Amino acid sequence: MLKFLLRRLVLALLVLITVLTVSFTLTRLSGDVAVSMAGPTASQEDVETIRRAYGLDRPLPVQFLAWVGDAASGDLGRSYLYHAPVAGLIRDRLPITLTLGLTGLGIALIVAIPLGILAAMYEATILDRAIMMIAVIGQAMPSFWLGLSLVILLGLRLQWLPLSGVETWQGYILPGVVLAFSAIPALMRLTRSGMVDALSSDYIRTARAKGLTRARIVLHHALRNAAMPVVAVAAVQLGFMLGGSIVIEAVFSLNGVGYLAWESISKNDFPVVQSVVLFLATIYIALTLMADMLNALLDPRLRSA
Amino acid sequence: MTPEPLLEVADLRVRFGARVEAVRGVSLTVNKGETHCLVGESGCGKSVTALATMGLLARGAVRSSGRLRFAGQDLTNLSERELSKLRGDRMAMIFQEPMTSLNPAFTIGSQMAEVMQRHRKVTRAEAMERAGFLLFKVGITNPALRLGQFPHQLSGGLRQRVMIAMALMCEPELLIADEPTTALDVTVQAQILRLLAGFQRELGLGILLITHDLGVVARVAHRVSVMYAGEVVESAPASQLFANPTHPYTRGLLASVPVPGKIARGSRLGSIPGTVPRIGPGFAGCGFRDRCGHASEACAGPIAVQQAGPDHIYRCQLQASWPQDQAA
Ligand code: SF4
Repeated sequence: MLKFLLRRLVLALLVLITVLTVSFTLTRLSGDVAVSMAGPTASQEDVETIRRAYGLDRPLPVQFLAWVGDAASGDLGRSYLYHAPVAGLIRDRLPITLTLGLTGLGIALIVAIPLGILAAMYEATILDRAIMMIAVIGQAMPSFWLGLSLVILLGLRLQWLPLSGVETWQGYILPGVVLAFSAIPALMRLTRSGMVDALSSDYIRTARAKGLTRARIVLHHALRNAAMPVVAVAAVQLGFMLGGSIVIEAVFSLNGVGYLAWESISKNDFPVVQSVVLFLATIYIALTLMADMLNALLDPRLRSA
Repeated sequence: MTPEPLLEVADLRVRFGARVEAVRGVSLTVNKGETHCLVGESGCGKSVTALATMGLLARGAVRSSGRLRFAGQDLTNLSERELSKLRGDRMAMIFQEPMTSLNPAFTIGSQMAEVMQRHRKVTRAEAMERAGFLLFKVGITNPALRLGQFPHQLSGGLRQRVMIAMALMCEPELLIADEPTTALDVTVQAQILRLLAGFQRELGLGILLITHDLGVVARVAHRVSVMYAGEVVESAPASQLFANPTHPYTRGLLASVPVPGKIARGSRLGSIPGTVPRIGPGFAGCGFRDRCGHASEACAGPIAVQQAGPDHIYRCQLQASWPQDQAA
């Protein structure tokens, strides 16, 4: 168990270093930051001043190490746009994005797991095909299109839910549903295939021979074994959702981390861009690590390994 | 005492799709307090017969039977729900695959206790206590430790004993055991057989025992049915069958046994050249004729079931008195 966790930790660290390097390099490649900060009317001297003030004249490896060192101590630099520490900007917006991501994941799980179980129980019947058809359609639907359609239908026409903003909890429902949509097909498929495998296994035959009820066989004996890969993918999906919130937050005008990223990308506010990328990547890595640990808890074979 | 039929199967058929009929009109009876052994090479339909009887066939297998009665109750028109109340309680099964038949995600104790909690009004602690007691009975030292362990922490032999103990949780009336002692060493096997014999004496447990081991058959069987290619080709009281095997296939099986009745422990079924054919619906004639040394034209037509003695039947066109010195 300890060895397993240690291996995962080292792996996570390696991924983190890669992410750091890539996000740093990419933001530098997207143009001369000092020029775009100074604006179109600035003179060559102004540009040079800015370059020196922000330490952009130093060699790239030095800049990189300085950035990593600062980031490790919680200092993510200052936004050129807001003239405020990036860490604070992210912290203020984080609750909205997290709530949104968890709402999305919650909705996705509530829909995907029962449907996946049903499809597996009625494998190769019309019900199974119908459910899988929904999955395909869901996967093909672009989330911004779905988002706008839902806004028009539920927000404008029926006026059931608020159009934008999160003044009340209902504000999270529409964007949550849209986020969930992209995760449902994968989670549903995975639940289904895991359950199909589990239901045709010898230990399920044993459970039937023991005269257990159908509910106990499906929800206790089969689901417990099918749940392991679902947990792992659910964590990854939450990571995707936090990243995907960039589009959703823009559509629903939610002032979260995604919105901040979108804004800073369009304004070339690179300390914010690289920090948000770093931040989302860290969460993503942490989630995967957590999924591994959850799996270890669920699977006794891993626990004692 | 006239034997009381506990399980009556008549004309049981199981099909897998349109091409394969794995069980073709099997009839057999298990009496109270008796052990009925089902023998034959692998692939002859023994396990499928057992699963069909329990109503545990995999999806895609279609069962049809003229008669399937347990303790006077017709099983063919019971719903899955009604059947599940019998299974694990009054009729239990031990599977051939000890490595995969336990759920990897739950402890031995929880898997054993849940059978009893399902069928009896007991607390978890009471069920656990019985589980521990039965583990001890099947020769597992330190039952308390094993109850808290997961299947992957146990060897194949231990898992098989857990399966046996689990089947006995509710003191069933009928036990269907598919090769229950294959992974066990001789001493443990003897202990298990004694345990089952004890249950038979005390509770009138009826056992349908599927086995390759003629030594086991010789020791525990009251009655033996020999299966070949989905059919029972010979069925007789154990002493009769060993003394007077009549079907050429049965003789082939017993060919490795030099003196009838004196069968070494662990003797395997005699080897007959060739393999069990796969037979589809509508097959006519004797399924053994490709491998039989006595095959003639008559073997391609319908084969009658003949009587070789009191309560001793065989399915072959040869007369019961055909030269006994000729092996198949
Ligand atoms: S019926 Fe014919 S082929 Fe079949 S066992 Fe008898 S003699 Fe052999």
